[in-house]
Amino acid sequence: MKLTRRQRYLRSKSFLYLAVVVTATFCVFPFYNAILTSLRSGQDLFLPNYLPTTFVWKNYINALMVNGIARSLLNSMIVATVTVGGCLLVSITASFALARIKFRGRQGLLFTILCVSMFPQVAVLSGMFELVRFLGLYDSLGSLILSYTTFSLPFTVWVLTTFMKSLPVELEEAAIVDGAGLWVIISKIFAPIMAPALVTTGLLAFVGSWNEFMFALTFTISGENRTVPVAIAMMQGSSQYELPWGNIMAGSVIVTLPIIILVLIFQKRIVSGMTAGAVKG
Amino acid sequence: MTTKILSLNTSLVRPQRNKRSLQQRRARAAWLLVFPALFLLAGVAGWPLLRTIFYSFTDAALDTPEVYNFVGFDNYLSFFDGEAYGVLGDPLWWKSVRNTLWFSSWSVSIELILGMLVALLMNQKFRGQGLLRAAVLVPWAIPTIVTAKMWGWMFHDQYGVVNDLLLRIGIIDGPLAWIASPTLSMWAVVFADVWKTIPFMALMLLAALQTVPADLYEAARVDGATAWQRFTRITLPLIMPAMIVALIFRTMDALRVFDLIYVLTSNSEATVSVSGYARDQMVAYQEMGSGSAASVLVFMMVAGIAASFLYAGSLYNKEKQV
Repeated sequence: MKLTRRQRYLRSKSFLYLAVVVTATFCVFPFYNAILTSLRSGQDLFLPNYLPTTFVWKNYINALMVNGIARSLLNSMIVATVTVGGCLLVSITASFALARIKFRGRQGLLFTILCVSMFPQVAVLSGMFELVRFLGLYDSLGSLILSYTTFSLPFTVWVLTTFMKSLPVELEEAAIVDGAGLWVIISKIFAPIMAPALVTTGLLAFVGSWNEFMFALTFTISGENRTVPVAIAMMQGSSQYELPWGNIMAGSVIVTLPIIILVLIFQKRIVSGMTAGAVKG
Repeated sequence: MTTKILSLNTSLVRPQRNKRSLQQRRARAAWLLVFPALFLLAGVAGWPLLRTIFYSFTDAALDTPEVYNFVGFDNYLSFFDGEAYGVLGDPLWWKSVRNTLWFSSWSVSIELILGMLVALLMNQKFRGQGLLRAAVLVPWAIPTIVTAKMWGWMFHDQYGVVNDLLLRIGIIDGPLAWIASPTLSMWAVVFADVWKTIPFMALMLLAALQTVPADLYEAARVDGATAWQRFTRITLPLIMPAMIVALIFRTMDALRVFDLIYVLTSNSEATVSVSGYARDQMVAYQEMGSGSAASVLVFMMVAGIAASFLYAGSLYNKEKQV
């Protein structure tokens, strides 16, 4: 039987929506499952259930206070903010030069920066360990700010450079004709126009620092200096064989929600920042 | 202020010469502008990398890095009584190399296929597009450690939802030990990684898809091309450059995997990656020397793979021009 045009249309539409629902469920389900688990306690934890059954908030209080998630949230906030702020500050001038000025060695510099942003963190681990100890930063947040610069800085320089390249050249020409020096051009013209790009780049770098694990695990020991990922990874129960899944999931939800909210608010910007380096470059 | 007016005057008199000197001035200023960033990078990346290479030739221990002897290439490979020692003589190192390559190739290729499907879906026009994009961004926003814990819980052999779902559908007869079994644990790691990084792949490919002009599809449709032909003849060639970039980014990222494996399968021998191996040597066994040697080998391995990608890319470009 041949389908009519309308039937064909309906069939393809329903297929489309089925695919949408499957994709969305696949992406959101693990987090949904974590929320469900975080609201259960005792025996309820061990019965797989796909709808909320109980609403126990005890896990959240445990995770925040007993497991020290509250403290590590603060730590992560400090480390990520200082790292990103510092990197952005240095990146503005660097990316201006790399994007707008033709000078010898520019391509080489850009290539080096790209390479540094992709190289494995473990390659600098022992050298960084020595540096951290030499500066007396071992087991302090300073060690993390220092080591996070390794991957944050090349990232911010690279993304800001691609954004800077996309600005029209007339902007600068007009300023040069008016007699503005380089510093005036950067601080009075480019910095304000770049504000949205700075926010985007900053957000992406912030997420990167927020998620970092290897340096945080290696350079801090004491509980009060842990960042969020280390605190979550270290959550343990009363015995080796019993993991407090309720608490772990509550902690996971607490540390993830701020990022998810940020990402959803700025989703358009984030997507443009994520793809900026790749599509144009 | 006076200098500015003066320079403006000279520029009126001799525009030609001044233009060149403006270029030169800017080029000199450029180095000044990149200096702070370069200085920092040299300090936090260049110097530690050099020190890591340096330590790889010593027998330093982690708690006393200032006491060391040079041991040449012993940390890399040495023979004693016919037995091989050093990182390259360690079967676990080679196991971790195989693990890393296996993990990277499977997860990146699955991501590419699924990411492409999601990107094609997101490129359609339908109500609720914004909602789908928001949903797709969720895995990207979740920290890797949290991903590892969430999937660890879902893969739990007795209480996990993965086994529960598979049992309900009837694909398996009894619960599987996803985390403990040497063969399955690597797949568990791959699944978790694929889930976490599909958004990146999908959004990269979507951005590329959106640059394909719609009238190309229109013309192909008029000529009677099927959907598959439109995809392979129009879409794929046009998004190829962006796809290659996304692939390189993801491969580099997958090759240095550490945190997911460290938390999801506790760095078990069946899943340990090269980064995990190097860090274990250094921190767990306190052997800064052989840990550094392993780090240098990781670095060379990743750099080698990156270089061969770039070489293949340049060949591809050349071929296209001919």
